[in-house]
This record gives sequence, structure tokens and C-alpha cells, in this order.
Amino acid sequence: MTDVIQLDGVEKVFEVRRKNGRRLRRERKQVRAVDGITFSVPRGEMVGYIGPNGAGKSTTIKMLTGILTPSGGQVRVAGLDPSRERTRLARRIGVVFGQRTTLWWDLPLYDSYRLAHRMYRIPDDRFRANLDRCVELLDLGELLDVPVRQLSLGQRMRGDIAAALLHDPEVLYLDEPTIGLDVVSKAKVRTFLRDLNKERGTTVLLTTHDLTDIEQLCERVMVIDHGRLVYDGALAGLHEVGGSERTLVVDLERELAPIELADARVVKVEGPRQWLAFPASASAAPLVAKIAERYPLVDLSVREPDIESVIARMYADRGLH
Amino acid sequence: MAETVAEVTVRHRDAPVGRLRGAAEGVRAYRLIAGMWIRSTLAYRASFLMTALGNFLATGLDFVAILLMFSHIDALGGYTLPEVAFLYGASGAAFGLADLVMGSMDRLGRRVRDGTLDTLLVRPVPVLAQVAADRFALRRLGRITQGLLVLGYALLTLDVHWTPLRALMIPLMLLSGGAIFAAVFVAGGAFQFVAQDASEVQNSFTYGGNQMLQYPPTVFAKDMVRGVTFVVPLAFVNWLPAMYVLDRPYPLDLPQWVAFTPPLVAAGCCALAGAAWRAGLRAYRSTGS
Repeated sequence: MTDVIQLDGVEKVFEVRRKNGRRLRRERKQVRAVDGITFSVPRGEMVGYIGPNGAGKSTTIKMLTGILTPSGGQVRVAGLDPSRERTRLARRIGVVFGQRTTLWWDLPLYDSYRLAHRMYRIPDDRFRANLDRCVELLDLGELLDVPVRQLSLGQRMRGDIAAALLHDPEVLYLDEPTIGLDVVSKAKVRTFLRDLNKERGTTVLLTTHDLTDIEQLCERVMVIDHGRLVYDGALAGLHEVGGSERTLVVDLERELAPIELADARVVKVEGPRQWLAFPASASAAPLVAKIAERYPLVDLSVREPDIESVIARMYADRGLH
Repeated sequence: MAETVAEVTVRHRDAPVGRLRGAAEGVRAYRLIAGMWIRSTLAYRASFLMTALGNFLATGLDFVAILLMFSHIDALGGYTLPEVAFLYGASGAAFGLADLVMGSMDRLGRRVRDGTLDTLLVRPVPVLAQVAADRFALRRLGRITQGLLVLGYALLTLDVHWTPLRALMIPLMLLSGGAIFAAVFVAGGAFQFVAQDASEVQNSFTYGGNQMLQYPPTVFAKDMVRGVTFVVPLAFVNWLPAMYVLDRPYPLDLPQWVAFTPPLVAAGCCALAGAAWRAGLRAYRSTGS
């Protein structure tokens, strides 16, 4: 069996009670947070799982970790039924909740790792090897003796990722692993995850709001909206389907008339700075070359489309909304 | 078909073993997590010493109030000062024991609200142990110490003809009583899965129950005594065994042998609380809130 994660028609229905106007009677409403999702992830794949807030992302992750029991359908992770074999599964998966640290606030970082060592009963040699590796690649050497409360957000996130990997998990779930991090920390985290996936063959499922994460890490992306899987494939394909656009922000030497190019259009001009939109599936390089050739270029940057707008365009094209 | 039957029997035979192993795992996890909290508190040593002392003094003042009362009266509800001290010390120490081990259960509602309960559910150890060991606080030893001191004072001053059975009642009260209070803590925690702001309801049974048991049953209305005997069986913590030691009439004309039932009542309470906990956790995992 090469599929390490399998979902078959998985549903999660919540019953929401709310007070109904002046009447004391409460009205019950069913909310289908996850509405029949089917997908599988082969061992060693790195998959992005994206969608707007409230789309059902975290509900899915909670069913994959065994926190929530599905209302319908089948879930298998590493050959186990997550909701019935939750504690057994816990030994074989690693989970990083972006905004909730599992590290011990008042204790040196190393103490949290020592607890994991004993709680997961990690053999001494495995623990040593894994910790050394994480310390080296995530640059934690000088942080091990520092109380967690004194760490920066980026340092803490790196610490959390290491904590989730000490017991050699087969599957790693990351919920917004780069949220709020500075550019350097983001880069470190991404490089680390890429190496982990390549060298260990760890299967990684990550949710994110940052399409750059997906672009640099994942060959495959799944989009969920309103509890349904609306896209499953390569990131480039998602841009094609959605016809989404990236933005090239160009700083010229002086104020000029809007740049004229065949494959990009100016969407905004502000003094010497101009914004050009171009198809996200196209490369920025030829565009930059053409501009540099014809205009006095000072600086430029490329902005990825955000997930919300990609999905919004996807719907607009299909006439779903 | 034969296979299924075999499988079912195996699972049945394994069930109690599995539960026992789960309990052992829980105790181990509890020790690990409590150890982490002790280290965390010791990071602020001065603050720890002051809160421990404060805890000891605050509970101590409680008994001073009783002493003051007895400077004006000779008996309270027909009980002398050493007798009231006996009730007070036994309940205080038993409650202190439960509070030390399970006192953090009232934080469960907060964990459900802010979503941090989920981080406990992805660890390979029982959730109950993790919740109970959360914020384990050694300062709660202050309450136990105070209870034991008052109990010691009572034992020295009581005018009782000690027999082996009467002496046996002392450890029985502390252990069964502690277990009964612990069960109330766990049941209260389970209730917070359903009502996240219900920690005060739990406190009224635990802290409030302890306050009540520190006085003789004769000062309370009959219906209240009935409630803590048959509904939430707190009377078995200290009242009934203490009546046996003090050779006093039982409340509600109960037969004498009920003084020996606290271990059974405690076991029943723990079983019920365990079932409530499992039901609560199951409800949480199906609703996610």
C-alpha cells in the first residue's frame, strides 16, 4: 500500500444551535463543514491543502489526526483509522499547529524535547540523531538553553517543527507553518521541509495562506471550498484554471507614461512606481528583460496572487457563484 | 464467521487489560507532565514559596474562624471543638489530596474554548492524564498540610476509646475521601465539554462540598444532608466514618455498617466519573466545540 493518507467520501456535519429571535426556542441548523471529500496521498508526497477561512481545512486535518470523528465516509492514515486508533496514530504522525505552540513556555527549549523523548518512548539513539539533525538544519543550537517565552516567533516555529519530528513520524501535518514569520525564517523553514521530504521521504500535508509556500514546496495542491474539493493538481494548473494573475511592481527612474507591453497590462500607476498584471502561469523573466531593455528600471518585485483571489476567479470562470 | 467470533472474544478479553495498561500509561504521563510543571514553577522560586505560604495561611485562617466561634460557644450542633476539628481535618486533608492531583480539571472549559485541547489529543498518552496534570501546583500541598495539622490536633485532644477498627477509619477517610473528591473533579471536567463555562458549578461541589463537610451534619437541613448522601455522596468522605469513630448517631438513621462503605462508594464514583469523562470526550470529538 503506497497511499499513506486515504479519504473516501468523508463528511463532517456540525449541528449549530442558535437563538431564534425573541422566541426562547432554539433553532438547529446543520452545517456541512466537510461535504464528501475523496483524495489520497502517496507516501513521500508533499501536498498543499489550501482554501479560504472556514472552507473546512482544519476540520479535515482534525479528522486526519483523529481529533474529530467523521460523520460519514472512510479515513485511513498510515493504515489506521484515526478516530478509533487515535493514540496509536499519534506515535506515527507529527502535527504543528501554526499559532499554538506545544513547547513549554517557562522552560528551556531542550526540556520540551526531553519530554517528547520520554512521552513518545523514543529510543535514545534515534532521539539523539533526530535532535542533532534538527538542531543543525533549523539552526537551534544556541536556542536549546533559552526559555521558550524568550524566543521570537520564527525561532519558536522552528522549535515546534523540531518537536514534531523527534519520533520519526511518517506523516507531518503543518497548519500555517510560515504565518507571521520574517523572510529569513520562512526560507529556513522551507529549505528544511524540502530536505526532510527528500531525504526521509516524510509525507507532508500543509495548509497555508502563502502561495509561495506551495510554489516552493509542493508539486501538488488541493483546494477546498465550502467543504468540497474544488481543485486537485499542480499549482500551475490551478493558475490556468483560475486565470489568475501575478503582479510585477516596477520602480522606474522617474514618472513615465504607463508601460506598454503585449503580455502584461498596467493596473496602477503611482509616481515612478507601476503595477503590471500578467498571467500567473507565465514566467516573469522575459517580461523583466523587455522592461529593462526599454525603460529606466530601478527596482522590481513580483507579488503572488493570494489564495482568496485565485479561488474567486476560479468560480467566476466556471460561473459557479 | 468463525474468525469474527474469535476476533470478538479476543477483543473482549483484551478490554480490561487494555484499560489497565491505559491507566498505567496515564499515571506515567501524569508524572512526566507534573514534573515539567514543577520545574516551571521552580523557575520562579520566590513566587512559589510565597504562594505556598499564602495558600497555607489562607486555609489556616479558615480554621481560626472555627476557633473564634468556639471561644463563645461550647458545642456546635452538639459537637465539641476536638470533634469539629476531626471532621475539619479529615475533609480538608482528603480534599487537599484530590485538589493536588485533580485540581486542574476546572481549566478544561478554557482549553476547549481556546482550542488548545486539540494539541493534547494528538499525543500518544491519555487526555485525562494530560488535563489533570496541567498546571500541576505543589503549592496545593499547603492545603493538605493544614488539613493534616488540624487532624493531628483532633487526634491528640479527642476523648475516644480507640479500637483497631476506629483507627482504620483514619486512612480510609483520607484515601476514599480523596478518591470521591477526585471523581467529582473529573465529572465536573467532563461536564465542561458540554458547558464550557461551568467551572463554577464544579467548584461549588468541590470547594463548597469541602466547606460543608468541615461542619457536623447536625447543623444542616435534612434535605441538604440527604443530597450529599444519596445524590453527590460527599457524606462518605468523612461524616459517616467519623460518626463511627466518635460514636455518634448517623444522620438520616443510616445503619452502622455504612461507615465501612466509603471505599465502595469511592470506586463507584470513580467508575461513573470515568464513564462521564469518556462520554464528554466522545461528544467533543464529534462536535469539535
